[in-house]
Formats: sequence, structure tokens, C-alpha cells
Amino acid sequence: MSKQTLAGLLVAIVLVTLSNSIYVIRETERGVLLKFGEVVDPNLLPGLHLKVPFVNSVRKFDGRILTVDSSPERFFTQEKKALIVDSYAKFRVTDTAKYYTATNGEENRAAGLLAQRINDGLRNQVAVRTVQEVVSGQRDELMLAIAAQLNEVANEELGVEVIDVRVKKIDLPPDVSESVYRRMNAEREKEARELRSEGKELAEGIRAAADREVTVIEANAFRDAEIIRGNGDAEATRIYAEAFNQDKEFYSFVRSLQAYRETFGSGSDVMLLQPDSQFFQYLRNPQAGE
Amino acid sequence: MSWNEPGGGNKGPRDPWGGGNQGPPDLDEAFKKLQQQFASLFGGGRGGSNGKGPAKGGLSGGLLSVVFGGALLVWALMGVYQLDEQERAVVLRFGEYHSTLTPGLQWNPPLIDEVITVNTTKVRASGLREVMLTQDENIVEVSMSVQYVIDNPKDFVLQVRDPEVSLQHAAQSALRHVVGGTTMDLALTEGRAAIGFDVRDRLQQYLNDYATGILVSKINIDDSKPPAQVQGAFDDVIKAREDEERVKNEAQSYANGIVPEARGGAQRVLEESNAYRDQVIARADGEAQRFDQLLTEYRKAPEVTRERLYLDTMQEVLANTNKVMVDVDGGNNVLYLPLDKMVPNAGQSRSASSRNGVTERDLREISDQVTQQLRRDLDAAATRREGR
Repeated sequence: MSKQTLAGLLVAIVLVTLSNSIYVIRETERGVLLKFGEVVDPNLLPGLHLKVPFVNSVRKFDGRILTVDSSPERFFTQEKKALIVDSYAKFRVTDTAKYYTATNGEENRAAGLLAQRINDGLRNQVAVRTVQEVVSGQRDELMLAIAAQLNEVANEELGVEVIDVRVKKIDLPPDVSESVYRRMNAEREKEARELRSEGKELAEGIRAAADREVTVIEANAFRDAEIIRGNGDAEATRIYAEAFNQDKEFYSFVRSLQAYRETFGSGSDVMLLQPDSQFFQYLRNPQAGE
Repeated sequence: MSWNEPGGGNKGPRDPWGGGNQGPPDLDEAFKKLQQQFASLFGGGRGGSNGKGPAKGGLSGGLLSVVFGGALLVWALMGVYQLDEQERAVVLRFGEYHSTLTPGLQWNPPLIDEVITVNTTKVRASGLREVMLTQDENIVEVSMSVQYVIDNPKDFVLQVRDPEVSLQHAAQSALRHVVGGTTMDLALTEGRAAIGFDVRDRLQQYLNDYATGILVSKINIDDSKPPAQVQGAFDDVIKAREDEERVKNEAQSYANGIVPEARGGAQRVLEESNAYRDQVIARADGEAQRFDQLLTEYRKAPEVTRERLYLDTMQEVLANTNKVMVDVDGGNNVLYLPLDKMVPNAGQSRSASSRNGVTERDLREISDQVTQQLRRDLDAAATRREGR
């Protein structure tokens, strides 16, 4: 073996050892240093580190805030109504040693355990509340209760801190939704009918008011017209009386003549006359006037 | 996330990191020394066998230093990059957070530093459409868009895995929470803006709790509507509202139509009555004045006037009338009866009445008969006319 190959071998060994003893913990990671499988440094800080090759080994976990998105589940409320609730939780690894021992550093396992616990918590919390309370009034209380409960367990058993538990969806099961839709439809129908009827009511009112107005206008006009006519008649009567009172006898004479003229005006009348009236005086006797 | 972009590589020599320029020569020297030591070591070994060692070793050492220097230069240039005004860079040195860099020309040693650039001014948008329960246990469909910027690049990059997924989750939760506390009518109509504000506050709270480094700049409730299953009924309500308005308008138009007409009619009635009044007064006036004038003249010559008026009238009346003249006195017995013109069987009467020396009673009987006959004939004629 030449010196040259020996040197090459030496360099290779140095490089391999070096690469095995240098490791980096990123800012987003948490790490545990193990010595033959035993935790010796549970909290490795971010940065460049050295270790003894083959003796120490390093396990890294994601140190950021992680999400457990549990699948939607059916829960029953206090009044035994079913609700489908979908939730998520945010957690972060705090106690790396515990986390490593509890889950072997497998995130899926941690998430699965958390999801199970969240669902248990939700089941218990939903069971003591009404639909109304779950949907609107007490979401925050519900979440806080679950988060607090969960945090205790998670911290002790998994070495993680649950930052937040949130309900995403609270829905009614499809068959219940159908009946809700039917109810909504019925309500709208009611409203539509009410609106239409109100429209008719108002329209009828408007028409009736118009008809009333017309009647009143006509009646008033009739009244006023009669008064005016009466005025006219009275005035005419006054004028006649004033004029004819000057000579009652002459008026009756003239008026009679006029009446004769008009009464006997038509050709179908037949008059049977005695010629001894004044009109015929000369017919019989030319000297009658003397 | 891109890192180590050698954007301004050619500007390397002019950059403010004089240390970077001075560094390589120092390192060069150090390497040269190292090389020489190596060269002497190996060269000495080889020199022992060849004797020409020193000359050959010097030559390979020079070549090596050139290669090494070149590699170093390339390495150094790779670390130069430009940060845009919109961007911030989070620098991790050996994985550990080092600094957050502001815009400008920057240099970080490649392979040692990891540079993550984040656009902090770009407004990003994320939308979601959800069907959810309201406070009054109705179901509404709401679509919402979230506009956000990355406020804290360090948190955004380092604190949360998938900060944007977290945003989606948080937005969904916040929206459902707020809508769950709103009644359907409000959520579908004027409550939208309020929902937007509430969701924004709540969402920002969540995002702060998760340290996502995201700042929600705006929440838009794009649309809130009843679900498709009941859309028809909701539309019908809108239609009903229109119908209501239409029926009202129709009635109003009816009213607007008849009332003025009635007013016009009333006006006509009044005008007619006024006309009547004026007419009767004028007529009375006229007649009265006529009578006045007549009376004045009459008073001047009462007898003559009376006679004349009487005769005029009688003339007129008799001229227009059929006449039966009966003279009762003896002396001039004149009987003129144009009955043949008036009645067909008048011949008999005429023969009877044409005799002389008829008594007054006879005459009365005859005239009675005549008039009865005439009346009967006239009646018959009238009924015949009517019958026809």
C-alpha cells in the first residue's frame, strides 16, 4: 500500500467521521440527543452541533405549531339531536423527551391520540348543551373547556401543548337538513302569501277609498247643483212675482192668452163653437160694436 | 421559498462587504501555506524517489491554488443577491434564526446561511364558500374572501407549519362562529358588513394565537344566500314583494283614474246647474221685462190693447184648429161643419144639421152625437195607428 492511497483513506475516514459528528438543528425543529438510545439532552437548541459518531444519535421533530384536523363526527346534543361537528386543534411540542418517549417522535401518532381526545371532549361538551347553545351561544366556552381539559392530558402524556381547539363545522345531518329546508320553504311561503295578501288588502283599501271619494264628490256636486238651481228658481220666481204683481188682472189675461195659444196650437184639436162669443160678434152682426 | 438566488452575482466586487473581498486573499494565503506544507511533505517523499520533486510539486501546487481560488470566488458570488422593496429575508445560520434582512443588495455565505425571502407587501387572497347553520337554526350559504399580507415574516416562516392552511381553518371557524351567532334574515341582508367585521376581528385573534405572522387586511362577504334547496321559495318572496307593489300600484292607478274623472263630472254638474240658474233667471228677467213693456203700453190704451190681444190670440188659435160652429139663435142660422174632411160618415150629420128650424135641444143632441162620433172615430184612428 502506497503512502498516497493511505493518505486518501485517511481523508475519507476524517470526512465520514466529520459528517457523522456535525448536525444542524433548524429553527423550526426540536431535537433530542440520544446516547445508545437513552436521552441525554432533551432540548437541543437550533444551530450547529457536534456529537460522537455512532455513540450519539439525534431525533428531530417539527417544533412549529401543528394542526390536527379531525374528521367530522356525529354527536348528540342535550335534546338528543344529532349534529355533525368538524374540528381542528393547534398544538406544539413542548416537552421533547416526553414527546419522544410517548410517540417515538411520530407526529401521526400524536395527532391521532389528540384527535381521539378532542372527539371525546366534544362528545361530552355537546351532550350537555342544546343545539342552540352549541351553534350560537356557547362556542367559545365549549372550545375553551375542551382546550383546557385537553391541555392537561396532552401535556402530561404527550409532552405537547394544545394551543387552541376550534370547531369548524357544526352541521345538521343530511336527513335533518332536509326537514330544515322544508321548514324554511314553508316559512317563505307563509311570508310570500302574507305579502301578496297585504298587497291585495292595501289595493282594496285604495280602491275603496277612491270609490268613496268619487261618491262623495258626486254627492257634493249634486247638493251644490241643487242649491244653485234652487237659487235660480227662487230668483226667477222673485222676478216673475215682482213683474206680474204690477197688474194681476192683466197678467192673468195675457198669460191665459198665451196658454190658449199653446194649448190649441196643434191641428188635431177640434173646437165646437157658439158664434155668440165676442170674437164672432161681427160675424153675425156688422153693427154689433155700436 | 427560494433561497440563494445569485441575482447580483456580477456586482460582487463592488459590494459593500469589503471583508468578503479581503477574505479570499487571506484564505488564499493560508491555503497556499497549507499547500506548500503538503507539497513539501509529498514532494519530499517523492523527491526521495525521483529527485525532480520540488520543481514538479511547485507546478501542481500553483494549479491547485488557482482551482481552489476559483471555487472560492464562485462560492462567494453565489451568496450575493438582491432583495426587492417588497421583500424581506429571514436568514438562518446553520439552521438557527440569525436575522431578518431589509431590501437592498445582500450577501450571505452560501451553504452556511439559509435565506428565505417573503413578500410582505403583496396582498394575498383566499376564498371560501360554506353552507352553515344560523342562530335560528336555518341554513345559509356564505362565500367570503380574505385579503391578507404577511406582517411578520419570521413568524410566518418559522412558527407554524402551513400558515396558509391555518388561515383557511381559522377563517372557516371564525366565519361559522359569527354566522352561527346571527339570525338568517340578518345574515342574508344588512348584517353582512357586520359579519365581515366580526369575522375579521375573530380571525385576526386566532392568527395571533397561532403566531402565523399574517395580518388580515380585509374580509369581504361576497355573497350570502339561502341554499339551493330553498332558493325558489326565497325568490318567490321577492316576487311576492313585487306583486304586492304591483297590486298597490294598480289600485293607485285605478284611484288616480276615477277620482279626477269624478271631479270632472262634479264640475260638469255644477256648471250645468249654474247654467240652469242663469237660464231661468235670464228667462224670468226677459219675460218680466217683456210683461213690463207690454203693461206700460197696455196702460196707455187698455181697451184697445186688450181687444187686440184677444183677437190676435183667437185668430191664431182658431186658424190652427178644426172648428165646429153652431149658431143657436134664429135669424141668421149659420152652421158650418167641415165634418166630411174630418170624419168619413159625416154626411148624415150634415143632412141632419142642415135642416132649418132645429130646436136648441136638438142642436145640443146633434152636437153631442157629432162629438161622440168624432171622438170614437178619432179613438179608432188612434188605435189603428197604434196597432199598425
